[in-house]
Amino acid sequence: MSDAEITTETLTGHSRRTFIKGVIATGAVVSSSSHLFRARSLSASATVRASMPRMISLDVNGVSRSVDVMPQETLAMTLRYKLGLTGTKLGCDRAECGACTVLIDGVSHYACSMLTNAVRDRSVTTIEGLESADGTLHPVQQAVIDEGGFQCAFCAPGFIMSMVALTNENPEPTREETAVALSGNLCRCGDYNKILNSAMRAAEYARRMV
Amino acid sequence: MAVIRDMMPAFELFQPTSVDEALDVLERHDNTWVLAGGLDSMDWFKDRIKRPDVVVELGSVSELTGIRASGDGLEIGAMTSLRDVAASEEVRSRFGILAQAAAEVATPQIRNQGTLGGNLIQDTRCWYYRGGWPCYRAGGNICYAGTPRSMNREHAVTGQSRCVAVNGADTAGALVALGAQMMVRNPGGERVYEAEDFFVGPEIDIQRMTVLEPGDLLTHVRIPGDWAGARFYWEKVRDRKSWDWALASVAAAIVESNGTIERARIAINGVAPTPVRLTDVEDLVQGMPANDDTGMAAGELATRGFKPLRHNDYKVPLARNLVRRAVRGDAA
Repeated sequence: MSDAEITTETLTGHSRRTFIKGVIATGAVVSSSSHLFRARSLSASATVRASMPRMISLDVNGVSRSVDVMPQETLAMTLRYKLGLTGTKLGCDRAECGACTVLIDGVSHYACSMLTNAVRDRSVTTIEGLESADGTLHPVQQAVIDEGGFQCAFCAPGFIMSMVALTNENPEPTREETAVALSGNLCRCGDYNKILNSAMRAAEYARRMV
Repeated sequence: MAVIRDMMPAFELFQPTSVDEALDVLERHDNTWVLAGGLDSMDWFKDRIKRPDVVVELGSVSELTGIRASGDGLEIGAMTSLRDVAASEEVRSRFGILAQAAAEVATPQIRNQGTLGGNLIQDTRCWYYRGGWPCYRAGGNICYAGTPRSMNREHAVTGQSRCVAVNGADTAGALVALGAQMMVRNPGGERVYEAEDFFVGPEIDIQRMTVLEPGDLLTHVRIPGDWAGARFYWEKVRDRKSWDWALASVAAAIVESNGTIERARIAINGVAPTPVRLTDVEDLVQGMPANDDTGMAAGELATRGFKPLRHNDYKVPLARNLVRRAVRGDAA
């Protein structure tokens, strides 16, 4: 393939993001990706739920989805690499940075530090599940856009999920309370002031909607 | 800084729905690991430093969750989230010090997922040990943190015995001050430990933080009514205003009458491999006025005999002042 052809193909709309998502989808069809994750076969054992079913159904963003998970798989891995929900970011993978924040039954959790198998009977909401069916943005998303809340925005999905949790729990947060509620999310650009502005505006938008 | 590798090494996962089932699984297998919130555990797994063959996840054991009345006190399931402990009206109104301590653990996400039991039995944060260095605690024959050139600003100033790591559990000090009891089950039955005896230092067993042995399960924490509604003092000092482990913390329950201290129960944490109950100080302040003089004397006594390492001598005045403020009764 010549350089010219590559350029043409790039221009016809194959962005890096759609390419990666395509790869993820293919992987999900082929399933298991065992060369990547080195699953150990589960030895049959007589005790409680010894050999767990690999195919489980997960309630993600209101849709029940079947997915093949390993016992040691974290929710962030499942969301990103099995379900293609790459809005949930992996920053530290150590429950420190908050980029992987999702809501489980409406409560914020670090998806990098919980086993997918532990959320089987619970409802998971990711950043992809915030906008309504007609495409209307969640008040928090709208507030972040209106305030220009983020610089590089890698941390944004996590922050936005924390803001959603906050507006659900505390409709009229003070700036101080907001800072505490967002203390589990880190922004390496140091954009905290604008992020707090966004959160305050988000609470205002959410109040107006009720 | 963590490196994202592929995934945790494989293990067999069990999700029992009762304590009996959990104990059964633990008894039948070797190299097991009990997973509560998982926030401490998964760091170990991801770093390949602890590699269990069998993980028992307790999220489905409903009998381990919840806060209920027990006699004149409370009984809190070990799997109750820190968020629920901090938000509980019963805990806040009668044992406020525990709610305060739970509310200052880490971040909202961690409190939403982390449990009271998990917070109590978390492993130490010594980074030599955490980094996989073969120290005494990891089964080796050296302490990397205790040498003159070590990075030991956060380590112990008292109670060292070969190992100089500290206990990092915020709720531990509060429960010692409340005279709580830890209920532990194994296939042999149930044992009850006073909170202060639940934690073990390196002089007893250098590879454990608590009395728990493989096969044991911390099921509940029982708080007696003895100190309900006392004057409580909780203060946690950390490097940042946002989330962090404590450099030192104090938890005190004090009953006063007309400005005189009738009885007190005081614990400090972050200064030793276990939370330290200050029984000498409790005896000293009994019958004394709750003022700064008493506080000064209490602080001096509390820190007598402390042996700081190369970089942590600041913890001596820090602990002294925390005890002083607790005794004289600053607004927390």
